[in-house]
Formats: sequence, C-alpha cells, structure tokens
Amino acid sequence: MAGDDAMLTTPLTPLHQELGARMVPFAGYSMPVQYPAGIKQEHLHTRKAAGLFDVSHMGQVWLTGNNVDEALEKLVPADIVGLPVGRQRYALLTSESGGILDDLMISRHEDGFYLVVNAACRDADIAHLRAGLGDSVTLTEMTDRALIALQGPKAESVLAELQPKVAEMTFMDNWQLSLMGEPAIISRSGYTGEDGYEISVPASIAEDLVRRLLQAEDVEAVGLGARDSLRLEAGLCLYGHDIDTETTPVEANLIWAIGKARRADGERPGGFPGAERILEQIAQKSAARKRVGLTGQGKAPVREGALLYRVGGETPVGTVTSGNFAPSVEAPVAMAYVDRELAEPGTELEADVRGKRRPMTVAKMPFLRPGYQR
Amino acid sequence: MTATPEELLYTPSHEWIRDNGDGTVTMGITDHAQDQLGDVVFVELPEEEQTIAKGEELAVVESVKSASDIYAPVSGVVESTNEALEDAPETVNEHCYGDGWMVKIKLENPDELSELLSADRYQQMVADEA
Repeated sequence: MAGDDAMLTTPLTPLHQELGARMVPFAGYSMPVQYPAGIKQEHLHTRKAAGLFDVSHMGQVWLTGNNVDEALEKLVPADIVGLPVGRQRYALLTSESGGILDDLMISRHEDGFYLVVNAACRDADIAHLRAGLGDSVTLTEMTDRALIALQGPKAESVLAELQPKVAEMTFMDNWQLSLMGEPAIISRSGYTGEDGYEISVPASIAEDLVRRLLQAEDVEAVGLGARDSLRLEAGLCLYGHDIDTETTPVEANLIWAIGKARRADGERPGGFPGAERILEQIAQKSAARKRVGLTGQGKAPVREGALLYRVGGETPVGTVTSGNFAPSVEAPVAMAYVDRELAEPGTELEADVRGKRRPMTVAKMPFLRPGYQR
Repeated sequence: MTATPEELLYTPSHEWIRDNGDGTVTMGITDHAQDQLGDVVFVELPEEEQTIAKGEELAVVESVKSASDIYAPVSGVVESTNEALEDAPETVNEHCYGDGWMVKIKLENPDELSELLSADRYQQMVADEA
C-alpha cells in the first residue's frame, strides 16, 4: 500500500503479511490490526485459548551501572529499590507538574534493569531517562530484539513445551531463560487481563519462535484491534488516551502504582517528579476528577470523546477516554474521567452519542475477572 | 474477492440499492464495506417517515474498530427500517445483501436511480481503490 515504504517494520512483518493481516500505521510502524478471523474472534480466542501478539514496536531498554535502582526511583513513583531480582513492576514516568509522560514495565535482573516502554513515547522516554539517570547509568536500546506476547489460559501449556520453567513463574515475574537455544527475557504479564507471557528474543529467532507457537492448535495470531478491546475489558490504560501529561496518577486512579515506600508516610517519601502535587492529591483527596469504568446497555459503543452528563443534566461532568462494545462482557464499556463526586461505582450517568443520550453506570474495573496466576 | 450482485445498484460510498419496482428501494452496505469495517456491533437506523435528501447521513454502522456514516443513496421518505439489526447487528457481516438490509425508502425522484453505479462500475471502482 502507498506510504508503507516509509513505515518501520518488525522482524515479524513478512509473517503478518503471509498470515493475511490487515496492516495499519501505528506509532510509526506498520502493524497488524487484525488477521482474517477478525477482531471479535481474535478477542474471544485469546480469552478462551491463547492469542499471539507482535509487540516488537514497543521500546526495550537495558540499564546497567551502580545504584541504578536509586537513580530510577528519581524518575518514577514506584518502589524500585525494594524490587527483588526476577520481579517486574508497573511504573509511571511523571512530569514536574505531576502528569504522566509514559507508563512502563520495570524489572530487576542480576545484571541490570529491563524496561519496556510505549512505542509512541520511546524516543522521548529515552531522552528523559538519559537526562535523569546521570552518567553512572548506561542505557542500551535493545533494537535487535523482538517482543512477543502470548496471552490466554492456554499460554502456559504452550510455552512450557519450549521452556518448562515458565510454568514455575507467577504473575509479574520476569526471568532470563533460554528459548530455542537463545537468551530470552520472559515476564508473566501482559495487556489483556489474561494469564500469559511477554517474551523478548533476539530478532533473528522471532519468526521461527512465532511459527513454532502458531503450530499449537490453541494459538492464533491476534492484532492490535483485539489487543485494544482486551485491555479495555481488563481496565488497563492506553497511554495518550486514558493517561497523558494532563492526568496525574491520582486522577488516573493509579495510586497503586505509587509504592508504599514513596508515599508521604513511607520510608523514602517523594523524590520523584511532581511528587508534591501527587502526594498532596492523595493526602487532601483533592483530585478534581477521577478515571472510572463505565458500563452501558444495549449495543451502541460509547467511544473516546463522548461527553458525560448527570441523568438529564446539561453541563458535561466528564469525558470518555476509551470505549467500545466489549466482546466478552457483551455490553458497551468505557473508561472516562468524571468529576470526583460522581466516581462512586453505581452512579448513573448519560453519554452523548451523536446527539442521543445513552445511560452509563460507573463500574468497578476490570470489567472481567482477570486470569492472572498470582 | 467480495460479492457484487449484478441486479443491484451501488454508490461510491459503498451502499447497495435494490429497486423494488414499486416506487421504493431497499438499501444496505456492500460486501466490500462490511469486510472493511469488520465485526459490526451496532447499527443506528433512522426514524420511519423521516424525510431524507440524497447524500445525507442516513444511518451509522459501528464496528469494533470504528463508527462509519451511511449516506442516503436517494432522496425520499424512510418507509421502514430493519429492526432485527438492533439485536443482531452481525447480520450485516453475515448477509449484507439479504437479512442485513438497513432501510427501505420511498423514492421522491425515481430519476435518481440512473445516477447510481452498476455492479460492473462499482466493482471497477473498488478495484481502483485497492
């Protein structure tokens, strides 16, 4: 297709085309949005068996040096000093004003720290990390690696055939293991609300590995379309939509991503960008708005940008940041920011969809019970 | 290759139109359109007896991917709509030229039918787009 030449590719691009994927531009990459099965089938298959996703567009970063943990803690509100070897944590890069520059995964290994950042934020993140970490930390972009996610209740049995040790991992473990004779970095986590793994391997074996995994009857290739509907049902934020530089972790309902040690009454309070505003919002409960889940009725999707009102109200009280018809919930679901006093589960609101009011109820997230193996 | 029945008329915006021969037409979206949209999850249909002008927004088809406007292929009055799509919007994917029809329109000006595309011309247009 025209323009594709200028797009970045992943080590799996030829395989996507062979599998009949519909490719779309995403964060500068040509990525599969769906395969011939279609988004809904890919979504349901992931919940029932296992979906295989190419997420090689995401940025993989390796940090080494003295006191990397202390240096990293100056940039994120997560507890990194207290992160054990072999474990992974969800973290946020915060701005001086308390907004979110990106969300990322950080794991500690014997020989360094492994980070996975969003593709669209990668260059800015790396510049921010280099500037913030100082000279004692060496940052390496792992551009020669692919990243593959295998998600769903059958993920363990399929991957364990290639590396039995993955069955011993629990949710948010992140281990270096050998896979097809090559060094892999495997985490038991993902972006679907299912049990599963994210697997970093040298680009040279990515296609062989994916072909091996796709041979399993339980495994189907899944594109970015279903990745988005799966993460929405799981209540997981999409950067640039549900969180951005204008939303603080408190407003985003991500207080759990602020380590206990980093809070006002913790062992190492504050010390990350925007700490003053963020810790004050926690202490004073002063965030004016909150990210909430919403469930609707009927079939009409309520999408990003839809304004929310009190029932019969004329003044907007919130905005939808992600929304769709959720294939597994079998109802429209959404994430939105609403005025603080309307954030209680059970609160009845209305969304404006093309001039029609659609009832929406504030709901707990995730919208489905996750399958994480804790 | 998507299906393009010979006996139907088409628009460049991927609607099909069946001339019922009694001053009414039935319309829906083409096989190519449903294939491009992917899984249809909701169809917003117009009100019956609503007056419509050719080219106006007539309905909205929502897929998992996006919301797409469906345009009135002719001017007239909405005679009936396919209410079965409310519970089973996926019919648009499964039988786009049959049970997945959307709106029946009473023609205001039958001459407008001559402005629509034949199956051959529509097929050619889709091929050129690709």
